[in-house]
Amino acid sequence: MLDDFFVRAMVAGTGVALVAGPLGCFIIWRRMAYFGDTLSHAALLGVALALLLNVNTTIAVGGVSMLLALLLVALRRKNTLSSDAILGLLSHSALALGLVCLAFMTWVRVDLFGLLFGDILAVTKFDIAMIFAGGSFVLVVLAVIWRRLFAATVSHDLAAGEGLEPDRTELVFMLLTAIVIAISLKIIGALLITALLIIPAAAARRLSSSPEQMAFVAAFLGVAAVIGGLYSSLNYDTPSGPSIVVAAMVLFLVSLVPGGHLVRRIWAKRQGDRS
Amino acid sequence: MDNRETALVRLTKAGIRKGADWLVRGVDLTVSPGEIVTLIGPNGSGKSTTAKLALGILKPTEGSAQRNSRLKVGYVPQKLSVDWTLPLNVRRFLRLTNPLSDAECRDVLSKTGAERLLDSEVRTLSGGELQRVMLARAIARNPDLLVLDEPVQGVDYAGEIAIYDLISEIRNKQGCGILMISHDLHVVMAAADQVICLNGHVCCRGTPSDVSKDDNYHALFGRRSGDGLAVYEHHHDHVHLPDGKVRHADGSLCSSCSGEHHHEEHPETHQKHGSEHAG
Repeated sequence: MLDDFFVRAMVAGTGVALVAGPLGCFIIWRRMAYFGDTLSHAALLGVALALLLNVNTTIAVGGVSMLLALLLVALRRKNTLSSDAILGLLSHSALALGLVCLAFMTWVRVDLFGLLFGDILAVTKFDIAMIFAGGSFVLVVLAVIWRRLFAATVSHDLAAGEGLEPDRTELVFMLLTAIVIAISLKIIGALLITALLIIPAAAARRLSSSPEQMAFVAAFLGVAAVIGGLYSSLNYDTPSGPSIVVAAMVLFLVSLVPGGHLVRRIWAKRQGDRS
Repeated sequence: MDNRETALVRLTKAGIRKGADWLVRGVDLTVSPGEIVTLIGPNGSGKSTTAKLALGILKPTEGSAQRNSRLKVGYVPQKLSVDWTLPLNVRRFLRLTNPLSDAECRDVLSKTGAERLLDSEVRTLSGGELQRVMLARAIARNPDLLVLDEPVQGVDYAGEIAIYDLISEIRNKQGCGILMISHDLHVVMAAADQVICLNGHVCCRGTPSDVSKDDNYHALFGRRSGDGLAVYEHHHDHVHLPDGKVRHADGSLCSSCSGEHHHEEHPETHQKHGSEHAG
């Protein structure tokens, strides 16, 4: 079954979306969209390094993203530049550095378009194994830190005051984001990874009445966007990344229709009845 | 005051600097089980910062902040803003840092007069409602130390008295120590064991019962809010300028003023701490 490239892409995309949904909820709750962008732009530098050192792309990208996340935390503690200026600086420096490095390596032919926008033809069985191993790891860790991370998201001071050590939890969360970016690169492309984190979560907002529910709905909508996007990518010969993002955007627009509000009311009422 | 073994939290000459400016400096403070310590002082005098030092949210630049190991804290921060993107109702908020059954949620909300809010969205609560819910959440933890940063801001007058009664009751029943920041001077007088006045450092401190017997009581902690301002006018013989410098009443400037001040005008209302800082 996995011999068919389209099935491989579908399985891989579903795996990515299941992890991106819950993680994306935290990205929007914590207003870290630009942070996700920065890490994903650095992915290109990871690809260049992978080719140069001849190592697995996903591992190299994950490594570079994690290093960048740690660098961001360190720079932020120094309080020199404003947080978004640091993000912008690192984001575009890493992207440019990655592109320049790739251009220098004349001996390798790189499908730059595929790297930036995703390429469903490129997904291998090994990639699927990486996605499911990495994705399960991320989900398990996220489940373990969920309560602490959520408390830190509602109020950092409150979590710190009551001894939950939010700084450590937030660092773990950043590293998890780096892993998700690494495993999503082939499917969705470096420029659009953040969209898969943010848009399904945003679409889930109006359909949810509790944080945990929003995480599940976001995962579900992400899978729907991947399926819809990959089918249209196949039928209309469009790059897979943008197609998935367009599908997610359509779902978001649908969630804005007043009916979505109704669904949330019914959920809330059912929750109220149960208790 | 010197119960070194039993103190829940102890600040020793603690100070914190942001950039070139000291937010607070030279703060000595202890909270023991069953004791209510209240911080008062003008805006920007470092009340919240002192509370955060006591909680360990901020690390002191100088001095030390010690907490009893395995101290269970209930904290009501001064501000809480919940983003629209975050679906959070009161029930889930109460369970933020410790698990509670539905019955426990209802029980603790009824203590703070907010039982009808159980299924409300946190971001739609009014200021006073949010305050009641935050207090309920902190109490539900059965804390050893309760830190309340202006617990009655935005609460209606009848509610204010009920909440201060509740705070006294919790102290009596659970025996927890309470560190409170408040502007409401006559309620401070009724509930606090120790009042500490801050203005970038500890200006003065005393037990309210001693103070209330004193002739200067009405000048210090007048019942009417207009008279209450006299407290600050009386205490502060110097002004903290935006650049961190200090201007004294005689017009002289200095770069800092660590340590507590010596008030000769009303020696009976203030414990003299000048000598311990000189030594």
